[in-house]
Amino acid sequence: MKTYDAVVIGAGHNGLTNAAFLAKSGLDVVVLEKNDYIGGATVSREIHQGWKYSNCSYVCSLFRPEIYQALDLGRHGLEVVPLQGSVTFKKNGDYFGSYHQPTVRRREIARHSKRDADAAIRFDTDLMKWCRLIRGFLLRTPPDPASLKIRDVMEFAYLLKRFYTLTEKQIYEFIRFFTMSIAEYLEEYFESEVILAHFSGGSIIGTGLGVYSPGTAYVLLHHAMGDIDGNVGSWGFARGGMGSISEAISSSFQSMGGEVRINSEVDRIIVKGRKATGVALISGEEIKARAVISNLDAKRTFLEIMDRNDLPEQLVHRAKNFKIRGSSGKVNIALDGMPDFPALPDNSPLTLGHMHFTDTLERLERAYDEWKDDRWSRDPYVDMVIPTQYDPTMTPPGKHMMSVFVQYCPVEAEGGWTNLQRDAFGAAVIDQIAEYSPNFKELILHAEIRTPREIEAEVGLTEGNIFQGELTLDQLMFNRPFPGYSQYRGPVKNMYMCGSSTHPGGGVMGAPGVNAAREILKDLGKPDSTPQDFGDD
Amino acid sequence: MTNSISKPIIIVGGGHNGLVSATYLAKAGHKVKVLEAREVVGGAASTTSFAEGYRVSGVAHILYTLNPKICRDLQLESMGLDPGTSIDTIALGQDGNHLTLGRNAVNGVDLSQKDISAYTDFKKEFRSYAKALTPLIMNKPPRLKDMDRRDLSTLAQLGWKLRFGLGANSMREFLRVGGINIYDVLNEVFDDPRLKGAIAADAVLGHHMGPRTPTTVLTYLYRLWGEIHGAQSLPTGGMGEISETLAKAAIKAGVTIETGAKVKRIVVDEGKVSAVELETGELIEASIVISNADAKTTFLDLVGAEELDAMFCHRIDTSRSKGNTAKLHLALNSLPKFAGLSGSQLAQRLIIAPDMRYVEHAFNHAKYGEYSEQPVLEIVIPTIDDPELAPVGHHVMSISASFAPYSLKQGWENHRDRFANKIVDLIEGYASGFSDIIVARELLTPPDIEAQYNISGGHWHHGELTIDQSFMMRPVHGAAQYDTPISGLFLCGATAHPGGGVTGIPGHNSAKRILAMGAGK
Repeated sequence: MKTYDAVVIGAGHNGLTNAAFLAKSGLDVVVLEKNDYIGGATVSREIHQGWKYSNCSYVCSLFRPEIYQALDLGRHGLEVVPLQGSVTFKKNGDYFGSYHQPTVRRREIARHSKRDADAAIRFDTDLMKWCRLIRGFLLRTPPDPASLKIRDVMEFAYLLKRFYTLTEKQIYEFIRFFTMSIAEYLEEYFESEVILAHFSGGSIIGTGLGVYSPGTAYVLLHHAMGDIDGNVGSWGFARGGMGSISEAISSSFQSMGGEVRINSEVDRIIVKGRKATGVALISGEEIKARAVISNLDAKRTFLEIMDRNDLPEQLVHRAKNFKIRGSSGKVNIALDGMPDFPALPDNSPLTLGHMHFTDTLERLERAYDEWKDDRWSRDPYVDMVIPTQYDPTMTPPGKHMMSVFVQYCPVEAEGGWTNLQRDAFGAAVIDQIAEYSPNFKELILHAEIRTPREIEAEVGLTEGNIFQGELTLDQLMFNRPFPGYSQYRGPVKNMYMCGSSTHPGGGVMGAPGVNAAREILKDLGKPDSTPQDFGDD
Repeated sequence: MTNSISKPIIIVGGGHNGLVSATYLAKAGHKVKVLEAREVVGGAASTTSFAEGYRVSGVAHILYTLNPKICRDLQLESMGLDPGTSIDTIALGQDGNHLTLGRNAVNGVDLSQKDISAYTDFKKEFRSYAKALTPLIMNKPPRLKDMDRRDLSTLAQLGWKLRFGLGANSMREFLRVGGINIYDVLNEVFDDPRLKGAIAADAVLGHHMGPRTPTTVLTYLYRLWGEIHGAQSLPTGGMGEISETLAKAAIKAGVTIETGAKVKRIVVDEGKVSAVELETGELIEASIVISNADAKTTFLDLVGAEELDAMFCHRIDTSRSKGNTAKLHLALNSLPKFAGLSGSQLAQRLIIAPDMRYVEHAFNHAKYGEYSEQPVLEIVIPTIDDPELAPVGHHVMSISASFAPYSLKQGWENHRDRFANKIVDLIEGYASGFSDIIVARELLTPPDIEAQYNISGGHWHHGELTIDQSFMMRPVHGAAQYDTPISGLFLCGATAHPGGGVTGIPGHNSAKRILAMGAGK
């Protein structure tokens, strides 16, 4: 029987990225996927005939340009269209638009508050500063602070050196940015309610936190860091939907001799003498490999496809306590035409970006209070995009696809999810949008409503958590997924992790896949083909 | 030069930290004068009369051990320091089954063996984390760039304590839980809802936080830090006695204390303090001025924005320091009868926080400028062990009630009584007939605490204890090492590192800092 150099469990974008870099260094790699399509949560699927939905992740912001270049994804068909601007509709019929063009941006902010227009200059500069500092840390393996190994100490020294390029004041401001709540952080800059709400929303996406929870300010970075074509801060749509990203990585991987097998669900990782030797599929087939890499989240990896007897007791305990509460839902809608938004001026470019309907911090926070009590938010925060305005390939001519991301939606609604409950949740979202778009409801041809229950069942993200584990300090950096296991190596030899459960976490970023590949190649004594530092710009 | 030698160090505010700072400086040979606006010293650590014949600790009512080093240095025992009777915490159960939480052990008739042993391990583990933070707490917060020798030594000690005091495993665990919320930690460790509720209440009391707010592990550790040296206690004669003892030590060391002397202005001359001006118009020259007041009062009211850098002012102005806890004082004609509570248990610290969701719901209201429909209560009856505080046979009850936001949406004027009634009704549910034994009451909302005790926002800690307002960022960076942008002006109150509580540590640290800088000479 053939022995592969490496087997990757799960063809999510991180699994594929990981596999591609291993193949690039000359390894013989196979990726196993349980579904009959690849991509995990980075997919485009035809759920309604003629309409392709990016039915999980819906925009690129975090995908690393280094990966795009190293895997030559442009040649493999990936095209990212930058997305400009965003809007929050107000209850009173007005709106706030966030534009990229500096003078227009300033004029619009000043329309709501003159003081805020000045503050915005300070805010934008500060945010960019943190973006530039942080992104240099993304494609590096986090050091273990309790370790006395030379490698960890050196890495700490490196990080400190980078950190020390800041002035003393900036260091304190950076710590504050990292530990404050988004609402309180923004309140130090802005006064206008709608502007505060508009800039806060991005920080709670996918998290189990509210806008007033300390530690949410920095999430702003996670979402503001997109740098398509090196343009810090911009977002984009993948032409053909998010699935195009997975397809391009897979194509690049296969062009280097890699193998992808769909409909191949892994039953367990085979461990012999404290060494992983391969995997057994549900079908009974066994696949041997020198390295076994899991793209699944930490809970699934350790509690479902590994034998408890192969694991240290403390690790099982940690895996059980790993926080992975889902908090988001998704409504994907096929539209017969473009909905009207009477609040906006004619031909406004603002429908091209993110659209929101939550105009105060209090409404945002109250939405969170409901999630804490295991209820879906009756007045949810939505992040809505209509990508077909740029990309007509996803629907029949003249029709549109709308992707509505919804915060908050609990893992277990009161009494457990039923289809009835799920539809009520979807209706609340549709009602909210219809308040601002009178012809919206008539245009709906089909709607797919997804709560954490659906996301888990289909994609395999435990509890429907889009980041494969919450992004709180106990599960970040050297704590991700568990203290002592942040360097992509599992508890048995030759076993690795490469999913979003590992540093630096979720988002369609590819960084965990790259970082894991680097560690694997190091262990196997192979040349390193992974990008590490972001080139200075 | 001869002229400046005769100028004293002026301390604005005779709170317990001001007194501690004053005594250290006087012992080092400085001429020190304390100016206190109220008629008694102590500030929030004082004893007041709220109805004829009934006295109670005004704001702070439980002592989490005064720092032993300060007691030693200032020889407080020989001054008659009496920390009073040690008390446990009782988590009241709605069905009359209560838990007793001690320093190391918990018991309750219906508590599982698993929770009982988990509690002992948890307290030991968390106390060891708190202890590892000692170098950081007992020193000026180190600067993170251009460190001096003292900063390097603090950081080195801290690193050593974390890595070798705790060991690799505990250090990793500390770094995992240190930045998160108490809710997730307690759910990992315990099953019993009352136990979790009571510990969660400890983590959020006095703060604008709920159990699910990240950083509540740190606030809990800060509170636990006092427990390293001994148990919590109710000081005999009320908290004012502690301050009186500190005042005695100060006077013995040569400090002059003037009460009823409210400072109107700290006079700054070309970026340097020169004097303070009293409400009466009197001008007192000073070599240096140390403010025991909170940061907003100190910089925005006493110094004035015109003397300060605009961004510094902005930081002070946007720092969060609005109080969230009200204090209710009740005069009782007899002891209340709590269902299932023995006589000796009644003398302990009673907590009404039956589970964590209850505490979180209580907090939810505070976020929107409402008081809690069902508040979290911390209740003590000091007269059981200290009958002198009330007429014979009568008692006083002292209650901290959370949450009661400073900026109540509808304003406190018409809601003060409603909130007090809510608290009484809540206790009635645990002790029937309670409302009948009340003969007088006083509710102090955060605006009342602000007005009576001169604390801007009426906040226990003179400012929220979140990470962004702690350590080298307390109260704001640029004034975190006790010295300030104004030459000769220092901070010594709870507004400075490490924060509130009757600990004396900000006072101690500031005096050490001033002496190390050689200022005032």
